[in-house]
Amino acid sequence: MKIGIPKEIRPGERRVAATPDTVSRLLKLGFEVQVESQAGAGASFADADYAAIGAAVMPAARELWDQSELILKVQPPEHNVALGMHEADLLREGGTLVSFIWPAKNGELVERLAARRATVLAMDQVPRITRAQKMDALSSMANIAGYRAVIEAASFYGRFFTGQMTAAGKVPPAKVLIIGAGVAGLAAIGAARSLGAIVRAFDTRSEVREQIQSMGAEFLEVSIKEDGAGSGGYAKTMSPEFIAAEMALFAEQARDVDIIITTALVPSKGAPVLITEEMVSSMRQGSVIVDLAAEAGGNCAITRPGEVVTQYGVTVIGYVDLPSRLAPTASQLYGSNLTHLLADMGGAKSFHVDLEDAVVRGAIVLHEGKLLWPAPKSAPMHVPPSVAPKSSIPPPVPEPPKAPVSHPLRTVAFAAIALLLLGLLGSVAPKEFVSHLTVFVLACFVGWQVVWNVTPALHTPLMSVTNAISGIILVGGMLQISGPIASPVTLLSAAAVLLATINISGGFWVTTRMLRMFQR
Amino acid sequence: MPESLTTIAYLVAGVLFILSLAGLSTQKTARRGNAFGIAGMLLALGITAGGHVQSYGALAVAVALGGVIGAVLAMRVEMTSMPELVAALHSFVGLAAVLVGIASYLGTTTDSAHAEGVIHAVEVFVGVFVGALTFTGSVIAFGKLKGIVRSKPLLLPGRHVFNLLLLLVSVGLGAHFLGAAEHEGLSSLLIMTGVAGLLGVHLVLAIGGADMPVVVSMLNSYSGWAAAAAGFMLENDLLIITGALVGSSGAILSYIMCRAMNRSFWSVIFGGFGADEGKAPAKRAGAEPQGEVTSVSASETAALLRSAKQVVIVPGYGMAVAHAQYPVYEIAALLQKRGVKVRFAIHPVAGRLPGHMNVLLAEAKVPYDIVLEMEEINEDFPETDVVLVIGANDIVNPGALTDSSSPIYGMPVLEVWKSKATIVMKRSMASGYAGVENPLFFLENSKMLFGDAKKNVDAILTELRSSASSAAAE
Repeated sequence: MKIGIPKEIRPGERRVAATPDTVSRLLKLGFEVQVESQAGAGASFADADYAAIGAAVMPAARELWDQSELILKVQPPEHNVALGMHEADLLREGGTLVSFIWPAKNGELVERLAARRATVLAMDQVPRITRAQKMDALSSMANIAGYRAVIEAASFYGRFFTGQMTAAGKVPPAKVLIIGAGVAGLAAIGAARSLGAIVRAFDTRSEVREQIQSMGAEFLEVSIKEDGAGSGGYAKTMSPEFIAAEMALFAEQARDVDIIITTALVPSKGAPVLITEEMVSSMRQGSVIVDLAAEAGGNCAITRPGEVVTQYGVTVIGYVDLPSRLAPTASQLYGSNLTHLLADMGGAKSFHVDLEDAVVRGAIVLHEGKLLWPAPKSAPMHVPPSVAPKSSIPPPVPEPPKAPVSHPLRTVAFAAIALLLLGLLGSVAPKEFVSHLTVFVLACFVGWQVVWNVTPALHTPLMSVTNAISGIILVGGMLQISGPIASPVTLLSAAAVLLATINISGGFWVTTRMLRMFQR
Repeated sequence: MPESLTTIAYLVAGVLFILSLAGLSTQKTARRGNAFGIAGMLLALGITAGGHVQSYGALAVAVALGGVIGAVLAMRVEMTSMPELVAALHSFVGLAAVLVGIASYLGTTTDSAHAEGVIHAVEVFVGVFVGALTFTGSVIAFGKLKGIVRSKPLLLPGRHVFNLLLLLVSVGLGAHFLGAAEHEGLSSLLIMTGVAGLLGVHLVLAIGGADMPVVVSMLNSYSGWAAAAAGFMLENDLLIITGALVGSSGAILSYIMCRAMNRSFWSVIFGGFGADEGKAPAKRAGAEPQGEVTSVSASETAALLRSAKQVVIVPGYGMAVAHAQYPVYEIAALLQKRGVKVRFAIHPVAGRLPGHMNVLLAEAKVPYDIVLEMEEINEDFPETDVVLVIGANDIVNPGALTDSSSPIYGMPVLEVWKSKATIVMKRSMASGYAGVENPLFFLENSKMLFGDAKKNVDAILTELRSSASSAAAE
């Protein structure tokens, strides 16, 4: 099966759908790969690099489209000025296309592709489920956009990000406010933190508090309690009271911070205006705002999509092509997402469109010309490209394992029975026993909590140490050993003491031995 | 010594034990954790000896003897036999709990007409029951690990009914025991000990060898509960705290492992994995993999390793049995010197103890940052040139993912078959501990290297060395 990688034609687009590295993985999957000459130039990959790993480099775009059964692209097909032809018409009859499509706003394009009886998979429609994370191009791009937003801000901002005490005097650290903690927001937090800035972040979804804090930022809150989590990990529109409180918070923050990075989007409603002109004018001279929602209209009143404007001494960056500004990395990640998708669809040998597969079903727009989009029950995803969507994908920090959650009704029933039994016990049992029971139950919980985070590598030492500790039964023997030497109680206790001591000394000793061996 | 001081000392000891367990959760703090444990134990014993004991003769003899035996065992044990040692030690705790329980019954005069008396009797009964269960269960586990007892699960028809029956008999004996006049319940207590012992034997016999890690840690948990029960009967908070700590931590550990194997906790505990005994054999026959097995020699393996860029070594119980961990690491080191990227992949249930493989590799001084867990390495297999599977079987069985009739279906496994070449070192074509056929061996890119793992590994090492020195001579 032949894959074609055309050169992107949208002005300013520097990404490419496959890097030499991902091409070599495609070759490994059994595909033949042909790359249009200069396709990787914008992302610093030379034709020779592709040729060296076994891809065919083709000089003419028309031939490439013609001779490829499967086309991998970044941007949706558009009119190719040089050839005087629309890319959708370049696609061979019945061919397959995988790229960003944005079917909601590109209805005409979808019709055009349908006329070619094409099979089209939209990378922007890959469902955000755990299994599909490795193919989630939106998250890959959002991550890059978040990072690049900080870099852009830093280059326009005339001061250090990190505070310094130098012989020439003190430089205060920059304060950065990040609004919206989706993938892009979290990436921005990470980048700003590692440059040394003080970072604060706000999000309407309270579930992301931990994620924000884990990245090292302060989580800002408004006094009104309302959770903004909507479907599919996106935020919903909030109540007027909440919005008022939120705006007051932003107004207060605007006077204090140096950099604001906004990433707020509500599905199908576009970007809410969160930073008013008044707030911009209240910011310090030289401050910078980066608006990642620029393409959807912008979170800042002053934003002009694709441009950098300066007003009231504040620079507002409205770039809509941030991932493309980090083209080599963006191409690599996007190419990997594509590779994973193709591997999941069976590689070259058994490549097929399986409509039962949740990922394929979500991403597919056209199957042999038949319109299958939108997929049933999928969350709305009308999000424009290169803007960071809020996402339910966990941040790149491992979450601590959680205790299993059982069925709520069953839990209640268990709790009720347990309470009943405890009540019964409490009414007949002596005080002594109940105090022991308290100790017992609390200790159980402590043990439960303590062991959850053990690394698997240490399971054996943990077991031998707990084993040694359970030799504490020795105390039980000791408490009873004081009778006449030949009495059965003393003999039994002595035997118990003997056994338990073997356990204690053996257990601790062997643990010491094992731990001594662990080394880096 | 004043009562309160003893209590405070017990409190401190309890805290030290908690710190000990917490310390053992990461490599960095593990040694400190162990030290806390030892300190806690010394404190507890010292205080008890100082406060409650009047005659030291018997105690001193027993402690000295036990300490020496334990130390000798611990010094002599090979890291490969850790599972057996741990199982044996569990059985000691179980037996000690039984003895303490019986002694407590004989030693105290209680009036079972009062609530205190009844509660004490129940505590004794429960303590002895759990102790006996732990004791015999651990003995059987020890036997299975040593190979004295057959590792295949013993699946009696109606075994759940049998278990239930034993439990009911115990409860019945318990009722009789509570009703008996002073010290006359001894007979029912002893009979119950026998019944509980039988239950322990039967429970562990029904569990397959592949589930041994879970069983060992479950027995660990039982031994904790036994200690806690002893604490209740002797009204000793330290015993209660410690027992509860060990009990709950053991239970969690078992649970974590079951989750790693994608197996129901309860089905492992109650044995008979592979479930419905009636259907199992028919299913197995249907799932017989077919095809040809390609075998290779040690020198061919060495040649393959030499030309590889990325190598992953998957150790299993077979490596432990053959004591091959030292030469395996030498191979890894030699390859690394030649610029080959070598890593070790550890399946959560490789070996017969949780974390067993990590301990063995650590013994051979393999640095722990090239030892990876299953989730960390699974996606790297497609980029791997050679996978060396040393004495592992079920944990690299592709059938677990594809064959829904396989008894291990649904268990996450190391996906070694995705690599360019897999070399499986095995003694013969016999099936693994779980008794399941492995289609991996019949795959085109898999090759078998039959024979003793140690000998084969040594042979590969010699080949690699000779080629290294001849390369240097050129």
